[in-house]
Amino acid sequence: MESNKGPHGDPGTTIRYAPWPRPADSPPGATGSPVTLSVNDAPVEVEVDHRTTLLDLLRERLALTGSKKGCDHGQCGACTVLVDGRRVNSCLLLAVAVDGCAVVTVEGLARTEDADGDLHPIQRAFLERDAFQCGYCTPGQLCSAVGMLAEARSGQPSVVTDPDLAADGPVPLTDEEIRERMSGNLCRCGAYPHIVEAVQDVVS
Amino acid sequence: MKPVSYLRAGSVEEAASAHGGRTEARYLGGGTNLVDLMKLGVERPEVLVDITRLPLDDVREQPDGSVRVGATVRNSDLAAHPLIRERYPVVSQAVLSGASGQLRNMATTGGNLLQRTRCAYFQDLAKACNKRVPGSGCAAIEGVNHDHAVLGHSPHCVATNPSDLCVALAAVDAVVELAGPGGGRTVPATEFHRLPGDQPELDTVIRPGELITAVLLPALPHGAVSHYRKVRERASYAFALASVAAVLQLEDGEIRHAGVAFGGLAHRPWRARRTEAALLGTRPSPESVARAVEAELAEAVPLRDNAYKVTLARDLATQVLGSLSTTA
Amino acid sequence: MASHANALGAPIERREGRAKVTGEALYATEYTPPGCLYAWPVTATVARGRIASLDIADALALPDVVDVLTPESAPRLGTSDDATLAVLQDAKVPHHGWPVAVAIADTIEAARAAAEAVRVTYATEPHESVLGDNTADAYRPEEANGGHPAERRRGEPEEAFAAAPVRVDVRYRVPPLHNHPMEPHGATVNWHDGRLTVYDSSQGSDTVRSVLADLFGLPEEQVTVISEHVGGGFGSKGTPRPHVVLAAMASLHTGRPVKLALSRRQLTELVGHRAPTEHRLRLGSDADGTLASVIHEVTTHTSRVKEFVEQAAVPARVMYASGSSLTDHKVAALDVPTPSWMRAPGEAPGMYALESAVDELACALGLDPIELRARNEPGREPDSGLPFSSRHLVECLREGARRFGWADRDPRPGIRREGAWLTGTGVASATYPVLVSPSRATVTAHPDGLHVVRVNATDIGTGARTVLAQVAADALGVGVESVRTEIGSTGLPQAPLAGGSSGTASWGWAVHDASRALAGQLQCHTGPLPPDGLTASADTKGSADQKSAYARHAFGAHFAQVAVDTGTGEVRVRRLLGVYAVGRVLNARTATSQFIGGMVMGLGMALTERGSVDPASGAFIGSDLAGYHVPAHADVPAIEAHWIEERDDHLNPMGSKGIGEIGIVGTAAAIGNAVHHATGVRFRELPLTPDRVHGGL
Repeated sequence: MESNKGPHGDPGTTIRYAPWPRPADSPPGATGSPVTLSVNDAPVEVEVDHRTTLLDLLRERLALTGSKKGCDHGQCGACTVLVDGRRVNSCLLLAVAVDGCAVVTVEGLARTEDADGDLHPIQRAFLERDAFQCGYCTPGQLCSAVGMLAEARSGQPSVVTDPDLAADGPVPLTDEEIRERMSGNLCRCGAYPHIVEAVQDVVS
Repeated sequence: MKPVSYLRAGSVEEAASAHGGRTEARYLGGGTNLVDLMKLGVERPEVLVDITRLPLDDVREQPDGSVRVGATVRNSDLAAHPLIRERYPVVSQAVLSGASGQLRNMATTGGNLLQRTRCAYFQDLAKACNKRVPGSGCAAIEGVNHDHAVLGHSPHCVATNPSDLCVALAAVDAVVELAGPGGGRTVPATEFHRLPGDQPELDTVIRPGELITAVLLPALPHGAVSHYRKVRERASYAFALASVAAVLQLEDGEIRHAGVAFGGLAHRPWRARRTEAALLGTRPSPESVARAVEAELAEAVPLRDNAYKVTLARDLATQVLGSLSTTA
Repeated sequence: MASHANALGAPIERREGRAKVTGEALYATEYTPPGCLYAWPVTATVARGRIASLDIADALALPDVVDVLTPESAPRLGTSDDATLAVLQDAKVPHHGWPVAVAIADTIEAARAAAEAVRVTYATEPHESVLGDNTADAYRPEEANGGHPAERRRGEPEEAFAAAPVRVDVRYRVPPLHNHPMEPHGATVNWHDGRLTVYDSSQGSDTVRSVLADLFGLPEEQVTVISEHVGGGFGSKGTPRPHVVLAAMASLHTGRPVKLALSRRQLTELVGHRAPTEHRLRLGSDADGTLASVIHEVTTHTSRVKEFVEQAAVPARVMYASGSSLTDHKVAALDVPTPSWMRAPGEAPGMYALESAVDELACALGLDPIELRARNEPGREPDSGLPFSSRHLVECLREGARRFGWADRDPRPGIRREGAWLTGTGVASATYPVLVSPSRATVTAHPDGLHVVRVNATDIGTGARTVLAQVAADALGVGVESVRTEIGSTGLPQAPLAGGSSGTASWGWAVHDASRALAGQLQCHTGPLPPDGLTASADTKGSADQKSAYARHAFGAHFAQVAVDTGTGEVRVRRLLGVYAVGRVLNARTATSQFIGGMVMGLGMALTERGSVDPASGAFIGSDLAGYHVPAHADVPAIEAHWIEERDDHLNPMGSKGIGEIGIVGTAAAIGNAVHHATGVRFRELPLTPDRVHGGL
């Protein structure tokens, strides 16, 4: 049941964050702490205000502005990044809480294991399908798609998955599955139909 | 958000001691609700105790056939776990009906039980809200209350509980396991959340400093079937207008066990005991199911904008129970 | 060279695409100049009154807080035509959400905390914020948005209606709607050496420059506004919005660069919204469907800050021949945030009502709704009497019917059941006016074969860089890959906004003219090009703004198939198809995306989107992206967009009509008509959420 295949691997059925049960180094009462994390495979050591979200750390401190702030409250998905291989809303993750984790943002997708160093296949598919217009939701859509593909491969169901489907195999990604699984990423330009096509291109 | 201290707990004991039952302390789980509310100024903790790395992150079968879900098991892992998918489809479906893939990857089981209402007046510091500021009034009662409660509300609060998971937990008679300064205890899921009464600031019966360590799912009766169905204003990624979790077991065409709960209708997941009583021992027909559902909703008191919830919940539950009774 | 002349229309990949999928594209608040501060507005929590007290002591005491600007300490502004920009100038509160202070801090966290710590009390006055209770106070404005006369009357419409053998007299309601572009309105502003450099999320930076110059008393040459990438606008970034003024004030006050982005809740009350509209439609026809009378009366709201009147009755002046007609607007000035442009202002709500009523008339007549429309096809524009430059509405309807399989449709409502679901199909027409404004542009031919187009166009997601390169390549007769486009800065030749579906026509016209001029120069030129190349410029003032002798509009047809769960009232769109007649389509790929995007927003208008005013506070309550439901992936089926070949020589040198808005027009009506066909019930208030539909079945 346990697997922890690293930042970009197949997440398996039960996924744990890296075992890291240690108190923060900062003294009691401090309102900031040093954190160490990996961002797009580069080590980052930085002192953060405990209120700082991972999104604001990326955008305002690390100059990684690819991750977007659309709502700042987990309501739009534009801030989606991968933390230890799983897609999450970086606007609701405190940076101090991801101490020790491996973060992949849109800027790092091209260097993940499915990619060729130039573009990740999902990035290429988005270009080919014109799966965006203004581009502001796009990094979140891309990171979400990468995380979602791994989830389906590992057999995680969605609410539209046939309940009788065996729990130990991958979930076939119909258009309906893709739509449901990508629903945490809003796109006001309405590129959804092309996004589904782009994801299907990568599936097949 | 004001400056806040942070401690990453390595054990339940360390977490409980760091929290100490102080009003200015909060346990930090997935953060999907707490960080949201901190940004809005609704939650103003001075101490955050991060419990996400406690060893409470597994789903395990117990010797008595029940299943123990650790409090920090992420929602997506809970929904995907083979034990949950096979034995408690209603729980898996409820989790998957909520939020988004990203949020489910973050949110924890314990945090799901403690999420606050999505009442827009609760979330807006400028509006009167007895839940946020006891005694300040309730702007929702006369306000835009389309999304609010129709059952069990009080003149002090008409908020609803937003959780999908908790509706399923109520229907399967889950038990909440707590650790606290005074030791551990368990509370049935149906009694964990409160009705607002004159203390709407209390969502649950949790005591200061107590920490949810697990949720226990008792074995369902042999041959029981279950389902969760939710109606919302878009096809995904929205809170429930109304939802139903149902567990049925039939023998020789007669209902032997029924667990039914409503979501989106009340300050807590609403266990439909009257419906269950009316169903037990009957051979279900569309008419008998409809009557059983109406028995529960007869006491609904809608507000100006939400009378639709009563008939919607009625038809939804009738649909779900009718369909379950033909597959059971 | 002639082999290159077909760059126009080709489905060329968007040029900024790579920057967008790699995260390299920079939006307004993604520039962080050294020493940059963060600003966070404090907004009013009452609907009407004055600030009674404002205490910033607690805020200033917080760590990393630099200052809090208030109406007392904020810089005085020069005058502007736009009263919504006169922020922090006095203690008056004209609506909920109006800025009353701005906190400035070294970090974003501290700025937010400081804003939260500002204590404000108000002397309130009685207010009215909900349209409906105040319709009696509504007045007829001088004109509606777009300069349209509020009232137009032709013949004796009331009498003709009363005498008509078949009549439809119905009312429709559209709630307030929020633009909600994915990128919140934000700006990074840097005052340095008497100059103002602004990165703004705007649909038109030249206007931002001129307005900021006026407000801060600067010559325009000392102001640079950059909008390189813009995360959507849909009208809400069409003119400067208060965020950029507040950011500029904060930068002027502190002498440091300042970044400010509105929160979702703040922006719904500060950047405009689509005003709610109440429609009364009266259609009277002969027994064969020939319209004797078309009466469309609209009531809407505006704020007390500025009059904005959603011109929802205007499309009825364009669409159908009729013996007589009345189109009229009334507006109530309420204590609400100021409404403004949202994708197809006027047309979107107006055509929802008109096209729903036409469907009702078709049902009353027992006539196919496409046939009814065809029977009332006008020879000239009904209101103006002008000839159409081109009009292929009926062709769109027929082509859509063919593609959709309309011929097999059984018109009887409420009879197609699949378990709990009822299914149905619906159709509606679409229209949008041809708008165009003067623009300047330059095109330079370099010795290395590169051609550089310069124009301060804005790419809000349309692919402006790409299509303008196609226009230039076509006019120059060169390969499109040899053309580079520079847009998105006031340092470039002046150009109008990306709005009103006019951007490509306006910029493209100037690019075309400059390219043709350059081509002429190149023909005469002998020998190698000078090191800086040869440059030609164009200014279409005097040509693009010439009044046309024709009525110029794009037309289209929308078809929808829906399924309605009779147990829960949930409506799912299973199929959406649009066919358009929009002159020449300049880039098949990006045009398809715009059409589909418009239809998706129309789907949201039909099914999920509802702004709500809290009567007690005058607030848009639940207006963030959790409470206000823009469509999600799961709401949206595969969508088809097609167009018919349309040649129109009365438009612009490219022969194109605007395409950014027509996709939303009529889509809600097509879906609503399909819901009627599915259920047999006519719902006349949007959105068609489960509460309404379940209750109505």
